[in-house]
Amino acid sequence: MIKGIKRASALALFTLMMLSALLPLAACHGSKGLPEFEVPESFDTSRQYEITFWAKNDTNITQVNIYKKAIADFEALYPNIKVNLRLYTDYGKIYNDVITNISTGTTPNVCISYPDHIATYLTGKNIVVPLDGLYTDPEYGLGGSELLFDSPRIDEVVPQYIDECAIGGVHYALPFMRSTEACYINKDLVEKLGYEIPEVLTWDFVWEVSDAAMEKDADGNFLVNGQKVMIPFIYKSTDNMMIQMLRQTGGGYSTEDGEILIFNDKTKELLYSIAEHVKKGSFSTFKISSYPGNFLNAGQCIFAIDSTAGATWMGTDANHHDIAADKIIRFETVVKPIPQFDTDDPMMISQGPSVCVFNKKDPQEVMASWLFAQFLLTNDVQIAYSQTEGYIPVTTKARESGEYLEYLSLKGADNDLHYSVKIEAAELLINNIGNTFITPVFNGSASLRDAAGTLIENVTKSVRRKETVDETYMQKLFSDVNSLYRLDQRSSEGVGRKTLGRLPGTSVALLAALAGAWVLIGTAFVFTKVKKKRKKS
Amino acid sequence: MKKILALVLAAIIALAVFAGCKKTDKQDVKSEGVMTYAEYMAAEIDAEVVIEAYVQAKQSWWDNKATVYTQDKDGAYFLYNMACSEADYAKLVPGTKIKVTGHKAEWAGEIEIADATFEIEDGSYIAPAFDATAVFGTDDLIKHMNEFFTVKGAVVEGMDDGAAFWYSWDNSGEDGSDLYFKVKIGENVFTFTVESYLCDATTEVYGAVKNLKVGDTIDVEGFLYWYEGANPHITKVTVK
Repeated sequence: MIKGIKRASALALFTLMMLSALLPLAACHGSKGLPEFEVPESFDTSRQYEITFWAKNDTNITQVNIYKKAIADFEALYPNIKVNLRLYTDYGKIYNDVITNISTGTTPNVCISYPDHIATYLTGKNIVVPLDGLYTDPEYGLGGSELLFDSPRIDEVVPQYIDECAIGGVHYALPFMRSTEACYINKDLVEKLGYEIPEVLTWDFVWEVSDAAMEKDADGNFLVNGQKVMIPFIYKSTDNMMIQMLRQTGGGYSTEDGEILIFNDKTKELLYSIAEHVKKGSFSTFKISSYPGNFLNAGQCIFAIDSTAGATWMGTDANHHDIAADKIIRFETVVKPIPQFDTDDPMMISQGPSVCVFNKKDPQEVMASWLFAQFLLTNDVQIAYSQTEGYIPVTTKARESGEYLEYLSLKGADNDLHYSVKIEAAELLINNIGNTFITPVFNGSASLRDAAGTLIENVTKSVRRKETVDETYMQKLFSDVNSLYRLDQRSSEGVGRKTLGRLPGTSVALLAALAGAWVLIGTAFVFTKVKKKRKKS
Repeated sequence: MKKILALVLAAIIALAVFAGCKKTDKQDVKSEGVMTYAEYMAAEIDAEVVIEAYVQAKQSWWDNKATVYTQDKDGAYFLYNMACSEADYAKLVPGTKIKVTGHKAEWAGEIEIADATFEIEDGSYIAPAFDATAVFGTDDLIKHMNEFFTVKGAVVEGMDDGAAFWYSWDNSGEDGSDLYFKVKIGENVFTFTVESYLCDATTEVYGAVKNLKVGDTIDVEGFLYWYEGANPHITKVTVK
């Protein structure tokens, strides 16, 4: 089985950044944009609607089938609404396609999105529907009286997840699923090295054990696993790694309104620390080496950090594997939150898909879209989808349901639906919701996120290539990454349309001169006419 | 005598030409500072490498980065995300000779050149397909990593649900996604892929695989990509 080898698409975001810079122009070119959406008095069920839903899955057929079932169930309730599904396996590709389709006025109706991406979509006029009015609409809002399905009330959606959908104080999405990152640990190898996994994992512990695992025998085999390959610590998402390290240490990342703070001494300090372990061979990344889970399952990695939504690929008994069966090693997998700097104040990122609704000329079509988006919060969809990976439902209504609680209680009953590593990953998040955070969302926040990861990737590559990583290197790295992601060219106006402020003096003078010239031309024209008239008379 | 002398001379010239041609066919003369294929393979992972090779196929271009399948007469080189303008990408037609400077890398078992730059040189070469029919399932297969290959007389096996192919590895994709299909070569079954960046839904091979039936006997061509084992990227399928 092959999970996904489209590494190129992961790099798509950089170009999207360039595309998105043109978005405000493209979205407005030749048109005044769409009218602002206003919630209609009622939903007209006498009409037929056809809407499109762009959905992301983790290259997972079960998730695809859940989307298809959700659509079938929804269409049975609303026979006048047809939902067309378009499948994606990559957020970057959705982002790319949405931006392209904004410029042609062919956006989907409902789309799985990340708030960072929505912030870019918002640079176009009335592109994304603000949902505050719809959230609270008594008839068609969350828990509304006219709905044909059992929708959660707004107080039955985890408040923090609702807050994560707000950009500039306005809600532009519904949360759909939530995850965080987990450290999947080969307990056997940790203990073989003479260590015990602490209750709260720390960075110091992970580095120390990782460095200890690098010892080799005379034949070049690693003592800890007897193999030629051992990368003790592999991180899947280095942008998350940098973001969380900075958050945990109080290092700057960005302000709420988009001022870039990442190029600071704390970032440098973290990069030097990472470089030290890369030099020993004890750390690598997904982009450089491959999926952490593949190395973990082959006994070639001790600490594999990946999303809780990747839990079904982790561990000996995982029901998803990319490596040959004869390469899989039997070991005990322990699931822990990511390492911490302060064990008394753990912090980890909150991530996972949300759903936004795109504006259309016809408010009734938007209503049909909203109804479908809301349907994705019903218990059937929430529970089924969350069970496909280490996701958790975003509603307390689903989380506290008997069905979901029974699912959790059957942890380890089998290696499929109740696979212990997957349920432990979900529990990890349930137990740490209060310790999660998100980064500020603004137009450009997606680029900043990429830049954070690039800093780690570049340092890791440079050390492996035996380049000197010193102060001069760091200054150049900061400068290069700053330029590459155009962080030095963005303004900090945040989301929304830019206020241009007063015109510069030179512009005022030029405009005044132009106006003066037109006045003179007009005066001359009138004077000539009057003169001719006088001549005739 | 003159006639004999002329015949001998002609024979010597013909032999020299033949020998010369033969030499050119089998070996690449590398420019100064350029590694041979053997030197490239002997280089350590992460080391800087300089090679000369000929474009065989292009997988993708994105954000001024190109992913390209190249080969010289001794072996193949996979160039991942090589710096390349869109205009230069258009020049990388099959056969084009390029000099590449980058770093040797290994990703999930695939040996490749990363973070590379290139310059176009004079010369052209299209590698013949290496017949890998007898090599699949042997330890020798890895020696041909990334090469253009052919397999003859493979038999299409059913996927887990009995279908002849799937969209994506678990059938979670749709038209336009990578296609996966299984073939039996000798006694062993292998999974082949139509990589949608290399051959999208408009290509002949994509259509041919969609029309496969379990039990079809086929000849295939493709590039011997590696992902945790052989993961061939198929470019041509002929049903027999």
